[in-house]
Amino acid sequence: MSEFLQQVLNGLVVGSMYALIALGYTMVYGILQIINFAHGEVMMIGAMVTLSAINLLIGAGVHLPGPLMVLAGVVMAIPVTMVLGFLIERIAYRPLRNAPRLAPLITAIGISILLQQVAVLVWKSNPRSFPEVLLQHPIEVFGASITGVQIAIIMLALSIMSGLLWLVEKTKLGRAMRAVSMNPSVATLMGVDTNRVISLTFVIGSALAAIAGVMWAANYGLANPTMGFTPGLKAFTAAVLGGIGNVWGAMVGGLLLGLIESLGAGYLVPSEYRDVFAFLVLVMVLILRPSGLLGERVAERA
Amino acid sequence: MTLTRVGVLAAVLALTACSKQGAETAANSTATSLTVKIGHVAPITGDQGHLGKDNENGAQLAVDDLNVEGITIGGKKITFELMKEDDQHDPKQAPIVAQRFVDAQVVGVIGHLNSGTTIPASAIYHAAGIPQISPSATNPVFTQQGFNTAFRVIANDVAQGAALAKFVAETMKAKKVAIVDDQSAYGKGLADEFEKAAKLNGVEIIAREAGDDKTTDFTAILTKIKSKKPDVVFFGGMDAQAGPLAQQMKKLGLTAKVIGGDGFQTPEFIKLAGDNAEGQYASQPGTPKDKMPGYAEFDKKYRARFNLEIQNYAAFTYDAVRVMVAAMQKADSTEPAKYLPMLANTDYNGVTGNIKFDAKGDLLNGAVTVYHVVSGQWESVATIAAPSAVQ
Repeated sequence: MSEFLQQVLNGLVVGSMYALIALGYTMVYGILQIINFAHGEVMMIGAMVTLSAINLLIGAGVHLPGPLMVLAGVVMAIPVTMVLGFLIERIAYRPLRNAPRLAPLITAIGISILLQQVAVLVWKSNPRSFPEVLLQHPIEVFGASITGVQIAIIMLALSIMSGLLWLVEKTKLGRAMRAVSMNPSVATLMGVDTNRVISLTFVIGSALAAIAGVMWAANYGLANPTMGFTPGLKAFTAAVLGGIGNVWGAMVGGLLLGLIESLGAGYLVPSEYRDVFAFLVLVMVLILRPSGLLGERVAERA
Repeated sequence: MTLTRVGVLAAVLALTACSKQGAETAANSTATSLTVKIGHVAPITGDQGHLGKDNENGAQLAVDDLNVEGITIGGKKITFELMKEDDQHDPKQAPIVAQRFVDAQVVGVIGHLNSGTTIPASAIYHAAGIPQISPSATNPVFTQQGFNTAFRVIANDVAQGAALAKFVAETMKAKKVAIVDDQSAYGKGLADEFEKAAKLNGVEIIAREAGDDKTTDFTAILTKIKSKKPDVVFFGGMDAQAGPLAQQMKKLGLTAKVIGGDGFQTPEFIKLAGDNAEGQYASQPGTPKDKMPGYAEFDKKYRARFNLEIQNYAAFTYDAVRVMVAAMQKADSTEPAKYLPMLANTDYNGVTGNIKFDAKGDLLNGAVTVYHVVSGQWESVATIAAPSAVQ
């Protein structure tokens, strides 16, 4: 029983991070119908900047309690990724807004490689350890262990997701986003500044990616320039699983993928087939529900 | 028309130049001195450049020493020249470099540094009949291809796996071991060898799990392993995975010790494993450097010559060059075909210890040293002579 609970907790921790990253994919897809493959790299940049910022603070002799140090680091990293997200949209996607769908996909991959290589130049390619500012003592809960960082990851992810839901459902900006997502030209005619809404979508998604990146680095104790690739791919899978373009879908898909991986490797298949199993579930879901678990729009827009 | 004439003229000139050069070489060989080229190759540029340059320096030091000592072979005074190449630890680049050596008619090659480059290049050296000694490639395949030109002066992963298994069974007295690997040629290869040897030593393998060489989340695997209560977790892979693995073990309350090979016997592992680095084990082929017979003196010489600290394999590279030249001396010839049989029968006391080869070209009785982390530093705990029968 305690083993099962442990596997569920493992799944929830990694699933919350997938969900946060998946939100970035799904928001951009919902509005532009493009897949922002550079999103995983934005997450990596967020983690690397935070790491550098914390080390800078330690170097400058600043002594704050651990969580405050990390917070200070994140506060410095978020604006960097926001600017990055803004620039990616301006440089790689906006000029191609009316180009065939394949063109922005190629620029996305290009930007992704570019960011990774720039990160190698700046931070070198060997992994960096996360500064030991957070206590990682496990707490026993019904025979399963969880650390303070992991509890924080789950709580923080849930509150950020609720915040985003509120933003999309209740605010003026959210209404504008939904309008652009339904029909950009009509939204423009109704007085919505489409370009501004799209820019803001990228900026918000990138901020979430930075937070997810820091969670990832803090939980696994390391960060490197290639760290964005795998979580990026998994989060994209999660977004598709939940129904890409749907904010609820990204959250459900992320948590579900985390659980599938953890329980799959724990009970159902040999651990080397963990990813195979996760993708198998994805294929089955897509066969039965081509638009994902919570996806609604099946018909392609003309 | 004019072009063709120029072309013909150039060809004629080139021919003249060639024959002139040929005459010079002939003159040289009848004279009392001869220059002989030995090739050295390692990744000199890129992220392993520091290791490659270290090997190259070791080889250069050996060549310099030999030239100062003055070697006479076949009645001629030999001047050795090191031809230095860079394979960028790229398996595709390795055969190109190998062909360059063959074309330059080197009498022997010291290299490559990595198993991934050593193995593809070895076929080219074998076809050309040029002896090759790797100072650092540990993958068993290198010497299992049936090439009589392939040698290494370092214990291979069969020996490393066997030594680790012996240590786990006899020193750690572990009964139940879980094995995790990264599915890479190195990691899985070493884990397989360890598993075989551990079973022979009466250790029960209670789980065999795997991530890949990019995995950072081992929690699902470790949770599964924890329920089987292992005494030791063996990891076949590199430090970037071993670090998080050790950290996650602590978070899950899994108190078993971690042990593995040279892939994470690095300072990097200690940083990445954080507060669970202390007391973990990893091995490295060779005896501890402070116990190698000529190491202190070599270290001093190296520092004086290059004003650098030794990274890893410089002493092995130094020995590789000396072993090769010793075989030439014994055969009284620098011709590969003539000194190759002598190289196979090497019995040489080098900086790193005694060097003899078995029938396949592996180091005979190669030692493996197990280290553990004590107050944030790797310290040697035991040196295990690998039983050659296992190879």
